[in-house]
Amino acid sequence: MLEKAIVLAGCAVGAGLALIAGIGPGIGEGYAVGKACEAIGRQPECKGDVTQTMLLGCAIAETTGIYGFVTGLLLLFVGPIYLGGFLG
Amino acid sequence: MNIEINGAPILFTLPWFGGINITATLVNSWVIVAVLIGLCYWLTRGLKVRDVSKKQLVAEFLVETIQNFVDTNMGKKFSHYGPFIAAIFSLSACSSLISLIGQWAPTADLSTELGWALLVFGLITATKIRTGGLGGYALGFTKPIAVLTPFNIISELATPISMAFRHFGNIVSGGVINTLIYASLALASHGILNLLFGWLPGAAGEVVRSIPFLQVGIPAVLSVYFDLFSSFMQAFIFCMLTMLYIASAAEE
Repeated sequence: MLEKAIVLAGCAVGAGLALIAGIGPGIGEGYAVGKACEAIGRQPECKGDVTQTMLLGCAIAETTGIYGFVTGLLLLFVGPIYLGGFLG
Repeated sequence: MNIEINGAPILFTLPWFGGINITATLVNSWVIVAVLIGLCYWLTRGLKVRDVSKKQLVAEFLVETIQNFVDTNMGKKFSHYGPFIAAIFSLSACSSLISLIGQWAPTADLSTELGWALLVFGLITATKIRTGGLGGYALGFTKPIAVLTPFNIISELATPISMAFRHFGNIVSGGVINTLIYASLALASHGILNLLFGWLPGAAGEVVRSIPFLQVGIPAVLSVYFDLFSSFMQAFIFCMLTMLYIASAAEE
């Protein structure tokens, strides 16, 4: 019983910790969008190209955050089932 | 209050090989493929050179848009990739948009995206081998110095994984946030109504207090971002990355 409680608590705390990964992409994407705004302000005629490149860069910067999110999902929904069966 | 976040629901089980589960992912994917094929068939019937119909104008607009998109991003040399990119884009966008009519989105299942990403990975590898030959492909891992070979192999393998997880994570996180907000709005409206109409006695009071009035409207606004915008965004990004990876694979 205690083992299961420890595993469940560990999974929940781990999921919370995994979502700290959201900070990095947040800062990074904000920086990228800010720079894109500067570029559009300087050269409004290349708005389309800048926006397209910015969206692509944001998507790539987002990857680490997505990894954190998937880890959190695994810890919340898969971890307890797997580890619960492991402990019996 | 209970919040349920589940994987793909299993619709029925085939009896062979000890039971093959047919999930909503599979069924909805086939429905989308059938609808898209039907749409293509219907759009391309009765094409004319003079006095074209509205239907043909729409079809020409779609083909030209995708073809221009591919030509500008990959160059004229790769214009034969147009149909492939169009197929992936329409499949991805429709698979995510099907959640707007209350169906299970196939893109909320990692298997779907992993399949597409592995297909793209195969194309990238094939393009690399065709450009530099098998030896050139193998030697490409030792650049710029031989010590970096293991890292190059890891980064090569990370390409399909990151592509699949990016698309999957975006769609699923939208769904999770929608579910959480839906549940919390029910809780909030229950609390507010309890405060306002707590004095109403009997069954009438129960009915009035159980109306989740905050759930009207607010989830729809969020759904515009998470379902509509995010669907097109992810389809666009997936296609964009596919084109960039394939074009850069041929550049060595």
